[in-house]
Amino acid sequence: MIEYWNENWPVMLEDVQQHAVMVLSSLGIALIIAIIIILLFLRRRNWLNGLVYFFSLLYSIPSFAFFALLLPVSGLGMRTAIIVLTIYSEYVLLRSFITGIREVDPQLIEVATGMGMTKGQVFCQVQLPLALPAIFSGIQVALASTMAMATIAATISAGGLGQLLFEGLQGQQVVPILWGTVLTMALTLVCAGIVQFFAWLLTHRWKGVMEK
Amino acid sequence: MTKPIIQFKHVQKRFGDNIIIPDLNFTVNQGEFVTILGSSGSGKTTTLKMINGLWQPSAGEILIDGQQISKLDQVKLRRHMGYVVQQIGLFPHMTIAENIAVVPKMLQWSHSKIDRRVKELLELVRLEPGVYANRYPQQLSGGQQQRVGVARALATNPPYVLFDEPFGALDALTRSELQQEIKRIHESLADKTFMFVTHDINEALFLGQRVMVMHKGQIIQFASPEVLVRHPATPFVEELLGTVQQNENLWRHQHD
Repeated sequence: MIEYWNENWPVMLEDVQQHAVMVLSSLGIALIIAIIIILLFLRRRNWLNGLVYFFSLLYSIPSFAFFALLLPVSGLGMRTAIIVLTIYSEYVLLRSFITGIREVDPQLIEVATGMGMTKGQVFCQVQLPLALPAIFSGIQVALASTMAMATIAATISAGGLGQLLFEGLQGQQVVPILWGTVLTMALTLVCAGIVQFFAWLLTHRWKGVMEK
Repeated sequence: MTKPIIQFKHVQKRFGDNIIIPDLNFTVNQGEFVTILGSSGSGKTTTLKMINGLWQPSAGEILIDGQQISKLDQVKLRRHMGYVVQQIGLFPHMTIAENIAVVPKMLQWSHSKIDRRVKELLELVRLEPGVYANRYPQQLSGGQQQRVGVARALATNPPYVLFDEPFGALDALTRSELQQEIKRIHESLADKTFMFVTHDINEALFLGQRVMVMHKGQIIQFASPEVLVRHPATPFVEELLGTVQQNENLWRHQHD
């Protein structure tokens, strides 16, 4: 294993970097789209439910097929991979965001309204901060699943750690597969740690008190 | 001297086909402490929520200080109406000081003014500001939380304060302690109109200068505790009072 690393580390590091870029840009785009959708449709329940349903349908398309189907549209390479990964994480993000926001105690929302908050203030000062834990757990799930799924993107020449897996698969070697797995896990852990840190930063003051 | 401040004129409230309140008429004067007494489903909370515009009447009109509520800016109106609820409704992600400061912040008070007000209010509800200001609601007992709830409702010195069964979930001792406090606060603040919904008859009689007894969306009797006890308007009120009659001496003693 060490030997393989010594021989291939520049390529492997490049794979890690590609993988990170692919996953993080998909997540970033999905996050922005989720925020826009929530802001536009939060008060239009039917629209929102319809959208979630639509994304759940997309989510159920097998990823391999999805990559292949998009090839004629957006070609080989990372662009197609990012589109597919964005769509997959969109569903997870949207679901958890909506659940988080809807599960905020309706009593609190009524009190906030009764105190004279506008709808925007209720959202920014009450619903959003209280939904943050759920929002962050949604981001974590999306992150982990996108990290794993992104390995398949190697089949459409998008690069990333999937290349190691497929190299091992084709050459019937265990070592590259192990490296691919280990590096994917390591990258996931690091990114998850960073997300966790932001979640802690934003919620530890009051969450910490609640859990005691 | 009495100035009508909250008036209901032929107010009706229905949810779908279900008429909660068929035809409600009453007037509350400035500076009064009115308790609304009724069992669940009597329409008392519905009545309260129509005063701060959380719910709109299906028919009739509500006048606040002579103006039709439907023509007022609801958000502005609510900022000048304190609101205390049974579930307390403190925001768990804000400290006690931040909770109290919500409405002052919306009205863009200066930092120093807010700080001073928070301190003043915590003292009013007898919570040591140095100890409690920076705690979170979950770190306080139910009784302490409701003290904060009251402080928050009074933050901007609103001319009206609405209470929706605020002490319903508290134990008897804490409840009676808070009842005394709320009475003291009302007496110490001139011209504040308090509307207080409760299903506890002792509470209604002890706190209210006038008690509005509601049943099935209608006012059965609206009178001072003395009149209510001496001359119950209907057998329903009589029955309601039956449980209390024996305690009369006790509350009268406190009331005088």
